[in-house]
Amino acid sequence: MASHDVVEIVDRYDSACIPRNMSKDKVAYIQNAAVDKTCFRTLKVLKNMDQPIYVYYQLDNFYQNHRRYVKSRNDAQLRSADEASETSGCDPEKTTADGAPIVPCGLIAWSLFNDTYSFKRGNENVTVNKKGISWKSDRDHKFGKDVYPKNFQNGALIGGATLLNKSLSEQEDLIVWMRTAALPTFRKLYGKIEVDLKANDTITVTLENNYNTYSFNGKKKLVLSTTSWLGGKNDFLGIAYLTVGGLCFFLATAFTVVYLVKPR
Amino acid sequence: MAPTRRLRERLRWSKLYSFSCVRPSIPSDNEDPYPLPAPGCSRIVYCNQPRVHRKKPLKYPTNYISTTRYNIITFLPKAIFEQFRRVANLYFLLAALLSLTPVTPFSAVSMIAPLAFVVGLSMAKEALEDWRRFMQDMEVNSRKVSIHKGEGRFGYKHWQKIRVGDVVKVEKDQFFPADLLLLSSSYEDGICYVETMNLDGETNLKVKRSLEVTLPLDDDEAFKDFRAFIRCEDPNPSLYTFVGNFEYEQQVYPLDPSQILLRDSKLRNTSYVYGVVIFTGHDSKVMQNATKSPSKRSRIEKKMDKIIYILFTLLVLISLISSIGFAVKIKYGMPKWWYLQPQNTTNLYDPSRPSLAGIFHLITALILYGYLIPISLYVSIEVVKVLQAMFINQDLHMYDEETEIPAQARTSNLNEELGQVDTILSDKTGTLTCNQMDFLKCSIAGVSYGVGSSEVEVAAAKQMASEASNAPGQLSSSQDFWEDSGGGFGSSEIELESGITCTVEKPQKPRIKGFSFEDDRLMHGNWTKEPNAGTILLFFRILALCHTAIPELNEETGGFTYEAESPDEGAFLVAAREFGFEFCKRTQSSVFVRERYSSSENPVEREFKILNLLEFNSKRKRMSVVVRDESGQINLLCKGADSIIFERLSKNGRMYENDTSKHLNEYGEAGLRTLALAYRVLEESEYSAWNTEFVKAKTTIGPDREAQLERVADMIERDLFLVGATAVEDKLQKGVPQCIDKLAQAGLKIWVLTGDKMETAINIGFACSLLRQGMKQICVSIMNSDLGMQDAKMAAKENILMQITNATQMVKLEKDPHAAFALIIDGKTLSYALEDDMKNQFLSLAVDCASVICCRVSPKQKALVTRLVKEGTGKTTLAIGDGANDVGMIQEADIGVGISGVEGMQAVMASDFSIAQFRFLERLLVVHGHWCYKRIAQMICYFFYKNIAFGLTLFYFEAYTGFSGQSVYDDWYMLLFNVILTSLPVISLGVFEQDVSSEVCLQFPALYQQGPKNLFFDWYRIFGWMGNGLYSSLIIFFLNINIFYDQAFRAGGQTADMAAVGTTMFTCIIWAVNIQIALTMSHFTWIQHLFVWGSIATWYAFLVAYGMSSPLISGNAYQILLEALGPAPMYWAVTLLVTASCNIPYLAHISFQRTSNPLDHHVIQEIKYYKKDLEDQRMWKRERSKARQETKIGFTARVDAKIRQLRGKLQKKSSTFSIQVAS
Repeated sequence: MASHDVVEIVDRYDSACIPRNMSKDKVAYIQNAAVDKTCFRTLKVLKNMDQPIYVYYQLDNFYQNHRRYVKSRNDAQLRSADEASETSGCDPEKTTADGAPIVPCGLIAWSLFNDTYSFKRGNENVTVNKKGISWKSDRDHKFGKDVYPKNFQNGALIGGATLLNKSLSEQEDLIVWMRTAALPTFRKLYGKIEVDLKANDTITVTLENNYNTYSFNGKKKLVLSTTSWLGGKNDFLGIAYLTVGGLCFFLATAFTVVYLVKPR
Repeated sequence: MAPTRRLRERLRWSKLYSFSCVRPSIPSDNEDPYPLPAPGCSRIVYCNQPRVHRKKPLKYPTNYISTTRYNIITFLPKAIFEQFRRVANLYFLLAALLSLTPVTPFSAVSMIAPLAFVVGLSMAKEALEDWRRFMQDMEVNSRKVSIHKGEGRFGYKHWQKIRVGDVVKVEKDQFFPADLLLLSSSYEDGICYVETMNLDGETNLKVKRSLEVTLPLDDDEAFKDFRAFIRCEDPNPSLYTFVGNFEYEQQVYPLDPSQILLRDSKLRNTSYVYGVVIFTGHDSKVMQNATKSPSKRSRIEKKMDKIIYILFTLLVLISLISSIGFAVKIKYGMPKWWYLQPQNTTNLYDPSRPSLAGIFHLITALILYGYLIPISLYVSIEVVKVLQAMFINQDLHMYDEETEIPAQARTSNLNEELGQVDTILSDKTGTLTCNQMDFLKCSIAGVSYGVGSSEVEVAAAKQMASEASNAPGQLSSSQDFWEDSGGGFGSSEIELESGITCTVEKPQKPRIKGFSFEDDRLMHGNWTKEPNAGTILLFFRILALCHTAIPELNEETGGFTYEAESPDEGAFLVAAREFGFEFCKRTQSSVFVRERYSSSENPVEREFKILNLLEFNSKRKRMSVVVRDESGQINLLCKGADSIIFERLSKNGRMYENDTSKHLNEYGEAGLRTLALAYRVLEESEYSAWNTEFVKAKTTIGPDREAQLERVADMIERDLFLVGATAVEDKLQKGVPQCIDKLAQAGLKIWVLTGDKMETAINIGFACSLLRQGMKQICVSIMNSDLGMQDAKMAAKENILMQITNATQMVKLEKDPHAAFALIIDGKTLSYALEDDMKNQFLSLAVDCASVICCRVSPKQKALVTRLVKEGTGKTTLAIGDGANDVGMIQEADIGVGISGVEGMQAVMASDFSIAQFRFLERLLVVHGHWCYKRIAQMICYFFYKNIAFGLTLFYFEAYTGFSGQSVYDDWYMLLFNVILTSLPVISLGVFEQDVSSEVCLQFPALYQQGPKNLFFDWYRIFGWMGNGLYSSLIIFFLNINIFYDQAFRAGGQTADMAAVGTTMFTCIIWAVNIQIALTMSHFTWIQHLFVWGSIATWYAFLVAYGMSSPLISGNAYQILLEALGPAPMYWAVTLLVTASCNIPYLAHISFQRTSNPLDHHVIQEIKYYKKDLEDQRMWKRERSKARQETKIGFTARVDAKIRQLRGKLQKKSSTFSIQVAS
């Protein structure tokens, strides 16, 4: 099965990346801007991983599919610079305190994931390609090339990441993030490693543990995975296929036997 | 024309008729002798001054009638109100309104659009149906009648223009346009004949007579200055009463019902009448009688409502679950979900007030899970039913070529009910019979003449013949004898069971209406060579003389036609004419008959003086004339019911009694109407003595006049000499016995409710094989007792109760499984039996009997019996009738069928279906009913299945979104789901599905029982389908969720977002439900293929188109199929997997059912599929006879009984034979 060829490394780091002394109050730690959030993880490659190796972050218990959350965006605003003031539906992240429209508005953008990862194999830097991680159609048609962030993360409440002053169509992290996940546990593509990793390689990950999942006891995981023609590692699909196929075969045989033994 | 008219005008019938037409002389010296009761008698009519009635207060409604439900102004509000009386529609309306508030989980348009579509479609249908009603009204309103326009001129005007006070002239065979006061007629004494079939279903003509004072008004000119004044009762529905005064030339005369001509009755045997309009339009008695036809709903639809309630309960339940879940999440989870900014919320998500948020969410959830309730169900059903109704209307097998009337489904919401009928209540006249009599046989002087066979005999003989040839010595029978012969009997030799070969020839010469007698011994004057020529001569004379008919010369052919009060009489006269005794003229006192003893001779015209006429009535059951022939001899000629005649025979008049009564029995068994004929020679002195007494009785005034007359008549009708008997075939409509036979095989019970007398009803019972010899007849009736009113009633009741209990006992104790009982009950008895304390016993007895015949029942009783059956047994009833007297029954029954053949539209107007002939009922029920039942049942089940399968996935998803009310699907998907993506296949299922073809349906009437047994819509099956829906929803949701849980689904490594998951899941649903319906269908045409596969294709096409639209519209679904899902193998793999696993259980279930426990139609389908019916005729026939319902009525049963009888005899014979051999 294709699924068996897929190699996947999963590393949960949310609790491990908290300094011992602060593990009592994780929320205080994460909300304390003064504390250095850098964290180092070591990953062991068990099997050869051919490039492209996809880097995902996985969040848990995060209701990206909550109705309040899903609705809180405005596609028109994202698409064209002329519609910057179009913020309907973006409650409660519509405008700044003085009424200037936020671009991109809404809760989704506001809560953009902001942990960062960088990888080293031994001492050699492994670059993560963050281009092309989003849907092409999103880049080309849904997020305008002439739309630049405005008043973003300027309010009293700071949600997630801030955006660079680039056009939105180039901010692929945002584009990926704004494809809201269907389930409260989800993975999102962070980038691609375009070198092969060999078995027994040791990867050192330097990560900035910025994103607050501690408030809601959400886990954070870093995932490296290859894909097959069918997609990611998906044993369930295979099992399901075998079961259904087996059942069909069994029924077919049973009815054939019945037909042969007792024809009408 | 002129001579006959003059002749007619000279006739004063009142002289001739002894019972009805003697006018008591009216004392008219008093100024106002007839005070009317003040209240309820306020109507004032100025005759011949319609202008007066244009203004208030004498302005009465016009003669315009309208039976429509809406008009242009009221249509919109009323129809909308009707629509939202349906609980589901109301729910969707509320949901649509709420979708305008922020509570909604969907966009407003996705709620409003389908609702508007659905309601709009239903309303369009309403409008169409009402339009048809309107057109029908217009047809009636624009009929024309001749009306007095002033100055003695008459001209034609539309019915709707008629006003109160108008003088109208109605001509022969026209309907009366309004309730009229009869002023004068073409007869000198102001008599006219009226056929009231449309009002009360009685076929005999009624005599109406005008007031003496208005007799001179018999000319157009006479109305020039006619002025009169009528004061009468207010409009009311009572057909048989009328009170009023007629003021004419300063005199006041009382009016009674016999001067009133009611709308929708018809003028017969009278050239014209003049009348003045009293009640118009909706004031007329017949319109007052019209009740709003109750809106009927089918059983399936009622059950469907229950299912909808169940689903509503489920909906509320899961909404409560999710709103509680939501409240809990809001309270405990939300404060921690910083990314939702819990501190900046509205009421909807306020964590500090979770209960309020929960209540808001309940509304959201109710809307969200609304997909459990199929919004398009009602409209789909309506569309399907309209199309089904079109099939019924277009069915050429139910098209009557003679009258060019097709079957018509007048309301389309009872189609499936046709498949569940348990009891048929049928009218007789005009429904089973054509009300046309054929002289077929006679028995004269103990010799039976006439070789023709009645339809019943022919049909039974055919069946016998096919039994004998197909399966010698085998009881199981096949009956394909009429299927291939196309219903026409004859041309083939028929072997009767006794071995006699009788040839039924197709009549070569043009058939004479009312005469199918064939026997050369009597025809062409050959009777003179018979041994009893004298008696035969008498017999013919009685036929030609003993009647009240009037001859009418047909100028084209030179022959005579006869206008008789009853069709029997007409048949006798035609017969007499054919035998050479042509009744050609009637004068006041004489009847002229052209007698021709042999075909070569010239006819001799003889005059017979009619001295007295003692007419027929139902109590006397006989009629006599006293005639003096040319030789001066006085004879009393009498015809009547055999029982009555036989008890009046003289000692030496009984010569032929034994033979005749044997023949009478045979005729009766053959379904013929019989009358015995007798005569008596009167001495001159004897006659004159009697006559003085008769005249005395005739001139008596007072209540006992009738009794007196009867007594005197009885005196003379004694010591008769039996001549013979006649057998008239009350012509059954074409194919009635066969149809009844098939319906009986289909397991239907048939009750005949008729206004006719018991003998006639029993004859018809035999003719239709509802009765047969050897069947135990239970006659429940009461003797006339003249005790005090109260006592008589009590006694009668007790008597009836006893009869009923006895009969019930008898039925219970009967051991023979083949014994059949027939219950025959008359109207009077029925009135007691229908009382509350007795009706249950009566019903239980009636249900145990194979056939039930109720005679002499009033229209009201018909309705009551129908209600008793409907409510007492709880089964579906179907009432079929043709006259206005059947309207009550038609409206009361679950399904009313009107016969739209001959005349009168009342029954048809009140009916749900109309057919031209009774025999089409077979096809209507066994084919269309069966199909429609299955179609609708399967369709509804499937609807619930698909909506549960879809709706529940929304609920499961909620659990993953913190019950926030987010749906995984795009709004547009959901909008299209019910309206476009899954509606057409199910509609095609509802319209085109046939489990077996129509021919097979007709060959296996037993298949029909699947409907009354409700095999396809019982709770087991409904819950089975619901379970299937539940299973599918679980499979669809959890397989998808597990597969798309966290892994990349496409080559770029991207993981699935909500749009991708939702779209994939939706694709799975579309495939699963469409494959499911493809598995459900057993009959495929290109239309089904187009719809099923087209629906799936439409989904993909929509997805592509939607993906190509502006991202502002499509949102996250932008380019979803072309860019993301299409190229991903995972998407297709999941679709295949989920679709397969959704349908495996159903497939396994039906396979299992077919192998181990097949239903009837499964077996037939397989036989048909393997073409076994062509290869293996024997098996086919075996299956068919097996599939026949155990039946006790119909001639199949009759033949079976006969065969059993013969076999019994054979066994006896062979046993005696073997004994002989042994000895």
